[in-house]
Amino acid sequence: MATRRDFIKISGLGLGGLALGGNAAMKVVANSVNGKLYGSFKDFMRTPTYCEVCFWKCAGWVYKNKDGDVWKVSGNDEDMNSNGRFCPRGTGGVGMYYDEDRLKTPLIRDGKRGEQYFREATWDEALDYIAEKMKKIAGEHGPECIGLFNHGSGGKYFGTLMKAFGSPNIAAPSYAQCRGPREVAFLSTFGEGIESPEKTDIRDTRCLVLIGSHIGENMHNGQVQEMSDAIDKGATIITVDPRFSTAASKSKHWLPIKPATDLALLLAWIHVIIEEGWYDKEYVEKYTYGFEQLKAHVKNMTPEWAYGITTIKPDVIRESAREMANAAPAVIIHPGRHVTWYGDDSQRLRAVAILNAILGSWGRRGGFYKPETMHLPDYPHPEYPKPRKTWRDAFPNQFPLAGLALASGICDASIPAPYRDCSFKGWIVLGTNLVETLPNQKNTIEAIQNLDLLVVIDTMPMEITGWADVVLPECTYFERYDSVRTGPHRKRQLALRMPAVAPKYNSKPAYWIARELSKKLGLEAYFPHENLEDLLDWQLKQVGSSLEEMQRIGVKTFEREYDDLYFANGEDIEFLTNTGKIELYSTEFENAGFDPLPKYTPHPEPPEGYYRLIYGRGPAHTFSRTANNPNLTDIMSENALWVNPRVAKEWGLTNGQPIWLQNQDGLKSRFSIKVRVTERIRWDSVYMVHGFGHENKKLSRAFGKGVSDSKLISRVHIDPVMGGTGMRGNFVTFLFEEPKEQEVQS
Amino acid sequence: MRYAMAIDTKKCVGCSDCVVACQTENNVPIGYCRDWVVEVMDGTYPQLEIEIRSERCNHCENSPCVRCCPTGASHYSDGGIVLVTPDECIGCGACITSCPYDARYTHPEGYVDKCTFCIQRVAKGLQPACVSVCPTKCMYFGDMDDPKSDVSLILKKRKYKTLIPEAGTKPQLYFLI
Repeated sequence: MATRRDFIKISGLGLGGLALGGNAAMKVVANSVNGKLYGSFKDFMRTPTYCEVCFWKCAGWVYKNKDGDVWKVSGNDEDMNSNGRFCPRGTGGVGMYYDEDRLKTPLIRDGKRGEQYFREATWDEALDYIAEKMKKIAGEHGPECIGLFNHGSGGKYFGTLMKAFGSPNIAAPSYAQCRGPREVAFLSTFGEGIESPEKTDIRDTRCLVLIGSHIGENMHNGQVQEMSDAIDKGATIITVDPRFSTAASKSKHWLPIKPATDLALLLAWIHVIIEEGWYDKEYVEKYTYGFEQLKAHVKNMTPEWAYGITTIKPDVIRESAREMANAAPAVIIHPGRHVTWYGDDSQRLRAVAILNAILGSWGRRGGFYKPETMHLPDYPHPEYPKPRKTWRDAFPNQFPLAGLALASGICDASIPAPYRDCSFKGWIVLGTNLVETLPNQKNTIEAIQNLDLLVVIDTMPMEITGWADVVLPECTYFERYDSVRTGPHRKRQLALRMPAVAPKYNSKPAYWIARELSKKLGLEAYFPHENLEDLLDWQLKQVGSSLEEMQRIGVKTFEREYDDLYFANGEDIEFLTNTGKIELYSTEFENAGFDPLPKYTPHPEPPEGYYRLIYGRGPAHTFSRTANNPNLTDIMSENALWVNPRVAKEWGLTNGQPIWLQNQDGLKSRFSIKVRVTERIRWDSVYMVHGFGHENKKLSRAFGKGVSDSKLISRVHIDPVMGGTGMRGNFVTFLFEEPKEQEVQS
Repeated sequence: MRYAMAIDTKKCVGCSDCVVACQTENNVPIGYCRDWVVEVMDGTYPQLEIEIRSERCNHCENSPCVRCCPTGASHYSDGGIVLVTPDECIGCGACITSCPYDARYTHPEGYVDKCTFCIQRVAKGLQPACVSVCPTKCMYFGDMDDPKSDVSLILKKRKYKTLIPEAGTKPQLYFLI
């Protein structure tokens, strides 16, 4: 097995002979086993993939060195998600493959939960253990009492397994901990969500408004690229952020808003645009419902009113509203992505949706386009059993508009309570570090301690693996097939991921794991294909492609199935809402017992000596997933605490000084974080990049580096509309001495 | 022929993709880099400005590193690209001291290493790795003697500056401002 060092030496010597340019001739050797015509990874000098470092799933090529091992990965020019350009995380994705701290073999707990004692096991042993526990839980409580948490491509086949087993409880933290509120708000307003990649037509916009969204620090690849295109074309950028983000530095207007007051600003903008008559009258008349109610609702929400709340001056509010109106309909008030902030997030995102609607940007060039997705048929399978209960039964009459299962909901419902007859007894967790992903770590750990089974499938020894009963090593995306990427985007595209190399160590692809487990559960009828490539080939052939073709080209583009990217002039449109119109006034919210028009309510402010904890992304990292990646830690190895110079002076803090943090509930950070004194942050807030402060010593590069923001988020503001977990209402103060060990134990 | 690069500070978001792409393309050992990102902030809250620059060897026309190299390992190659021949380099470090841009480092194998404008890619008609990967397309590379090259065209259109011009090295990295 070649180590990283060997790899460098070998490929360094051989660089001249590698001739692997983008136009390198492809060599395909037909694999005639079973009469099939597709190759093995060994037959290719470069293999297609789509990236697994984040959810954007950029398609590209893995290039190999002369020893046939992974050299580099770069974008596929045909791919609309990346336009042939990977972001730093994607480019550094090779580090996921070479990371010597990877999970190497199945592990079974040998001791108490939370203590890191495991014994190595064979796959057969580990899967037997899981199957036996799953059957026991199903027998005693019903199969519905096992939940799947997934955040990764491999999750698809575990989803199949769960449904076959009889549990519909499949959750991704990307909903209730991230983008759920915007999906609910836009669905209620336009009858359609935002989806991923976002349908924002940034490349052709004339005005882009970012509210807390820090494109350029979040490297959501296509959006970063299109924002750059928009800058080139002279678009106006307006950024609303208490922090001078990178995007703010590219903006014509930066509105340094007081945190937690964005909704007041949005309402004032709506007020100005209506009162000044700057809204799109024809569009509003033809397509929307409830304009008069909206107009009456915002009548008193003047810029002067908002100034007292947001600290943004009235003339700036008017001027920025004017910029939007001038650009309309080529204007985007961006819905953002991680929007679970204060617990009224669905309402804030409703205001974003309304503002876009009255400016007529939905369905218009430079606003929001109409994406299309390629549909690949599922292979015929036996009917899934009908579940008798779902996660919703644990929350009667709560979160009525939640469109997807709540990861936090399944977690909460795993803690037994007298009023709840549905408690979860088993979790299968794939590719998500739940103890860092869900807020309120104490709660998560209490839930875990009440489980009969916790299975974690991952490539890395993330903290969640330490709590597992069984840990299963998934191989990285360089070593496996996965389901074909299907969109959505401006055109329909398929993108293939195939292995570039054989799995390292004793790791396996998720498909193989799910299928082997299905055999032990008597559910193999749901997995008729021994090899995933046979299923993919069948699926691809249904739409006129084949695995052989996709292995050569990686990405295949299909023309749009339906009409144009935008609404035609004067087109009659039936929106998928109760009224068939764009609902400025939401009947869905009203019917569910919520304000049909968004209202501003004040949120708690930091107590004396405390600062609002704001967190975000660094361009070189994804969640906590990349914190140990050798290539990416080389770019950023720990987070820093951004502190305004006024605050630093008051506390005597200096640049680079290590300090510890304590939140409003007395929770202390285990590790220290270095102070970064900077004018780029307001005096009432501090900022750090999420995903650091790892506590698992098996993450040799990430252990003890920086502070985990998640660990300091104990106050969670739940969105009553859809169960989102608002995490921006936590406040921290500075500690100058290291907390004692018993003070920081999970 | 005169190779040069222009970097648009108005578009660069400082993501360091150029750094990672250079490292993987050129097998630069972890812990070292041939290019890097600089952020310069000015002002007080909320009147702030940031300039973000992706920096690397300036491939100077009047290179102090070439002049001071005792073995001739540092030399000008086609198109004015400044290169180091590892076999001829004795690792004395004179070039590192003489470079006003701090663009060179000593490779763990003992020789001095730096940006080559990805000459191995350029020879094949490709862009340097950093230019071809940049998500913001903020980098332009090409031949200054060709009026139609990307770099010539953008420098005709935009205001630009060079770094430490007073050093008299005639740097070939242009920053669009």
